[in-house]
Amino acid sequence: MTTQVDDELWSAIGDPSRRRVLDLLVSHGEVSASWLAGHVPFSRQAVSKHLVVLEEAGLVSRRKQGREVLYRVEAGRLDQAARAMADLAAQWDQRLAVVKRLAEAAHVESLDTPR
Amino acid sequence: MAGLMIEREVLIEAPAEVVWRIVTEPDQMTKWFADRVELVVEPGAHGYMHFGDQGGPVVVETVDPPTRFSFRWNHPREEEPVAGNSMLVEFTLTPEGDEQTRLRVTESGHDLRDWPDAEKQRYADDHREGWGDFLDRLAGVSVARQPG
Repeated sequence: MTTQVDDELWSAIGDPSRRRVLDLLVSHGEVSASWLAGHVPFSRQAVSKHLVVLEEAGLVSRRKQGREVLYRVEAGRLDQAARAMADLAAQWDQRLAVVKRLAEAAHVESLDTPR
Repeated sequence: MAGLMIEREVLIEAPAEVVWRIVTEPDQMTKWFADRVELVVEPGAHGYMHFGDQGGPVVVETVDPPTRFSFRWNHPREEEPVAGNSMLVEFTLTPEGDEQTRLRVTESGHDLRDWPDAEKQRYADDHREGWGDFLDRLAGVSVARQPG
């Protein structure tokens, strides 16, 4: 548990539909909620709900342009999330590598021991 | 599986029964996982993992020797861990031939708890790809299979 992903961040990116929204923001830059709603298989209402969660987690920010509200990804925070995920993955890789070593040693030992 | 966050795996030159012991026996777990493990490996059992002076409670979910073992952790204190407030760690052991075992671990987070089932299914269907894309693009990390 050396990697601590804070709960808000974790919960924000833990949801596949929110990751879909994030992916769209990453690839299309600054867009409106209506535009997002036209590119996902869920309602405008759901998009708004996801944007609120993402904004609270600091992953997304918004600004007003004329009558439109435009959303964009907060790159620093997203990097932080991606790094935390990468750390967690690396941590599991290390653990699995030790399990491999221990299991293979135990197996070799059992083969050497006369039954 | 909805909400999958991390998936890693390794190919081990040992039968599944041997790998199972290393993965699930508390005195073995201290060699690769926590510094101290208080755990009875039974479904529903509450235990504790110590990491230095930190640590946290865990609750065993599935025990199906020698293929499946899972527990939940990182849930709020005073709460029972369920989908939505905790992380689920699942180990899957798949025998390959007589002498090899593929060990896969997934650590998954908050599920799609507030979504209707039909929508959950739709997202679950494409979630793996979505997450892969997300990580690939942002961190250059792939959650795809890792050669053993």
